[in-house]
Amino acid sequence: MFNNLFRDQLSLGIFQAAITVVLALAVMLVGRQQKIHLEVEVMIALVRGIVQIVAVALALVVIFKGPEVVAVPVLFGMLVTASVVAGRRVKDIPGSIMVSFYGITFGAGLVILLMVLAGVINPALTSVIPVGSMLIANAMNTCAQALERFASDIKAHTGQVEAGLALGATPGEIVRPYSQSAVHTSLIPRIDSLSSLGIVWIPGLMTGMLVAGTDPIYAAIYQFAVITMMFASSGLTSVVSVLLVQRRVFSPAQQLMLRPGTLLKK
Amino acid sequence: MIILETAGLSRTVDNKILVTDISVKVERGEVVSIVGPSGAGKSSFLRLLNRLDEPTAGTVYLDGLDYKTIPPTQLRRQVGMVLQAPYLFPGTVSENLRFGPKQHGQVLEDSRLHRLLEQVGLPGYADREVTRLSGGEAQRVSLARTLANSPEVLLLDEPTSALDRHAEAEVESLLREIIATEQLTCLIITHNPAQALRFSNRSMRLEAGKLVKFGPVEEVVHV
Repeated sequence: MFNNLFRDQLSLGIFQAAITVVLALAVMLVGRQQKIHLEVEVMIALVRGIVQIVAVALALVVIFKGPEVVAVPVLFGMLVTASVVAGRRVKDIPGSIMVSFYGITFGAGLVILLMVLAGVINPALTSVIPVGSMLIANAMNTCAQALERFASDIKAHTGQVEAGLALGATPGEIVRPYSQSAVHTSLIPRIDSLSSLGIVWIPGLMTGMLVAGTDPIYAAIYQFAVITMMFASSGLTSVVSVLLVQRRVFSPAQQLMLRPGTLLKK
Repeated sequence: MIILETAGLSRTVDNKILVTDISVKVERGEVVSIVGPSGAGKSSFLRLLNRLDEPTAGTVYLDGLDYKTIPPTQLRRQVGMVLQAPYLFPGTVSENLRFGPKQHGQVLEDSRLHRLLEQVGLPGYADREVTRLSGGEAQRVSLARTLANSPEVLLLDEPTSALDRHAEAEVESLLREIIATEQLTCLIITHNPAQALRFSNRSMRLEAGKLVKFGPVEEVVHV
């Protein structure tokens, strides 16, 4: 309804973004009233989000004109950034950023590579970068959720973990239920995405393809393929990240280092 | 014959001294109580004995062998520990008892399982879910679970402190009986001087992480 008030798209975009920011600020205030303090985190995320996405949009215009090999450094940069974001969620575990990097690279990186080789992802920059970024972003969220869940479960069950160690169990054996729970919990959103596809959620990729005139059945099937790739890359990321992080919460002498309120030494 | 010896055992975390320079020798079959005020380092000392925590200096000799040369999983089976709270694993009592032996590829025979349950006064409890146990019963299962590993040394970290008076008396009496029958070497932390006198031959008093007295229990503990 406001479209007619703005002569150019830029002004309209700024207005639309401002409205959504007001909404986000309102949520922040509701949280504040409930003593859930998200102010700093949300403000930083909002500023970072708008600056990054505008910068990327401008960069993509240039990148899309380059050779296909440009996708490699672009996706690698995304992998590194995603690792830092996910790893920071569990600051009390040393090396969590490297754990995230290995997990996301093994999950999203491997799936992107295999799917490009298999011809599922078109190697054209206009395809591999947006689809790759979707896979990396989902792997990042899954990794963060898995690591956070694993760390909080261990901290909540230090007694049980140490009781197991005191009975001669290996760390791997004693944390197995928490690892399984972390992987399962982190994959719930991905499974929900698959099962609600088209009913609750009509993804933007398919909509864009339809608007661009692609055959609707093909657009739908390709969207399904992308969501399935997201599940696969997230699943691999979650399993690898949790397997790697297990080793970081125990000392070489199999002592539990992660306890509530402790910050592990590097 | 010395079964356990600590040599200059110390642990400091973030410049905070938890245990400092403790050297003691424990004879096979002996019961030693560990007493001292809260925060004296009693639990920290006990946790060093089965290497649940790492000493920052010194070491422990088990049967004359530096325990750093023994794989931690093996060491912790030899030096069993019953914690303040039972921390049972979800499932049945028998699953909890079978846990330890299973870790080193052994199967706890049914006859031994039932004998252990009888020993801790819980005959017929094998198939009971741990969620249906009282505090005293859970602590007794925790004791049986540790004994299922046939430890050479038993570490008890205030095993009755979380129980009500009735359950405390029951568990204490069971413990004393089992330690005597099995001729276990045992180190027990207690806040209760009378309990220390009932349980142990010798006692060590810790204060601010230091060993201030070690000798016959009557000389260290005063009711």
